[in-house]
Amino acid sequence: MPIRRVLNNVIFYAVLLGIWAWVIHLRIWPPYLFPSQSDVFASLRSGFSDGSFFIAIAVSLRRVAIGYVISVVLGLVLSLIISSSKFFSDTLSPLLTSLQNLPSICWLPLALLWFGLSESSILFVIIMGATPSIAMAVESGIHSMPRIYSQVGRNLGARGVKLFLHVLLPASLPHLIAGMKQGWAFAWRALFSAEMLSITIGLGQQLMQGRDLNDMSLVMAVMALILVLGLTVNFVVFRSVERWLARRWGTSNPA
Amino acid sequence: MTPINPTELTAQQEQIRLIRARRAPGSHNTHISLHGVTQSFSPNKNAPPLVALNNVNLEIHPGEFLCIVGPSGCGKSSLLNLIAGLAFPSSGEVQLNGERVTGPGTDRILIFQEHGLFPWLTVGQNVEFGLRMLGIGRKERRERADHYLRLVHLTSFRDSYIHQLSGGMRQRVAIARALATEPKILLLDEPFAALDAQTRDMLHDELERLWRETGCTIVFVTHNVRESVRLGDRVLLMSFRPGTIINEFAIPLQRPRHIEENRVAQLAREILDHLRADINKAMEVEFANTPRSK
Repeated sequence: MPIRRVLNNVIFYAVLLGIWAWVIHLRIWPPYLFPSQSDVFASLRSGFSDGSFFIAIAVSLRRVAIGYVISVVLGLVLSLIISSSKFFSDTLSPLLTSLQNLPSICWLPLALLWFGLSESSILFVIIMGATPSIAMAVESGIHSMPRIYSQVGRNLGARGVKLFLHVLLPASLPHLIAGMKQGWAFAWRALFSAEMLSITIGLGQQLMQGRDLNDMSLVMAVMALILVLGLTVNFVVFRSVERWLARRWGTSNPA
Repeated sequence: MTPINPTELTAQQEQIRLIRARRAPGSHNTHISLHGVTQSFSPNKNAPPLVALNNVNLEIHPGEFLCIVGPSGCGKSSLLNLIAGLAFPSSGEVQLNGERVTGPGTDRILIFQEHGLFPWLTVGQNVEFGLRMLGIGRKERRERADHYLRLVHLTSFRDSYIHQLSGGMRQRVAIARALATEPKILLLDEPFAALDAQTRDMLHDELERLWRETGCTIVFVTHNVRESVRLGDRVLLMSFRPGTIINEFAIPLQRPRHIEENRVAQLAREILDHLRADINKAMEVEFANTPRSK
């Protein structure tokens, strides 16, 4: 990252923290509604020192990883089905579009009735949230792929599964990765929706615990944690994948 | 890339004879024939179907360099797609050695104007692609790819990605990729139309050399009459909609030829006169269509 950009960010967040400190100084809201930076920091420290944050992070990340991997596999299979059959592209594709617009939290009552207050119900919500968006993005990638690739592939002897694996899939890779990134955002949101209403360990549960205990500094600490984790995954995983893609395909480097 | 002088020619021809002799018997006598081939398609549901090709009858001889010339939209590309087995005629039949073409095969490789190279693969992997689909092992794949990359003078670019190459280099990779499966028939659809004149001249020389060295049949589609005279043993003239073969010219000029030579220009001029009437017809249809479509 260029120095200039780092500097801009340092200045921006310093000003933001300054405004926060200033608002605290003005005592507009009581501390139990608007905690100071040191209170939030203390919550963070105690959460990490007694290990509860580590456990919560590990459990939440494991959950979302499992749900996400299943979503990616299901999304790929669904996109394959849609792109290879006129019947399913006429029927399944609009259904998935409407499911994609359904907020994932709407699946929770159904999940609770089917699976009860269990790990499965959270996974179910994540999968229902992420799968349609992945399937639709990959399908649109295959759909908008230049026809010449499949013609060349077929001409050079690729057929059926081979054509999909060696031509259609890599040709739609930029869309695939865009879809997986979008799917990740959906999965990440669905995770906390589900965790907050289930009674299990996890970051979402930590957040609700803060509410139950009227502990605003804990609530803010967990929210900061979720933000940082989400950003980290985006930067570390997706940004580097996009960079790699840009290098290989010669597309412009994403900023 | 190296210019061929007449003294080298006999030595090279001897080499070609040897290459041909080394090949499996019958590998270079594939005969293509089209019998009453008609292809029509509907641009949209309400419009009447357009006849792209109308009753095309054609014999392509083994090892021949055949050029097909005609105005844009005369169905030249459709013809290549039919031979490649990527499309099927509405009526009539495309035959390979008397057998009906039922699908694509690596014995007939089509090269497009937009090279169609895979950007997710390196140059070497692109050339190996057809071999990989045929299930040929890594080592042999590599050897054969290296051989054909050498033929198009791109050995040092084996590990480059496609976006790192110039337009002419990309077309050479496409040619190497097509040759790697050792097709009996190479189908080229205006392969050099997007290239500058110098690069195109160089690729003409290379294609001619590769044609002689491999002994394959080439069907070369272009709208450039001079290019067809420069390259072809025979030039077919196609008419605009419905596309059909209206004339045929044998090109008796001795090789090597050059596109800027007088004899090439002269013969091209004669063919162009035959073509002109048809180009005018095509333009009239285009102009007549323009106001209506707005």
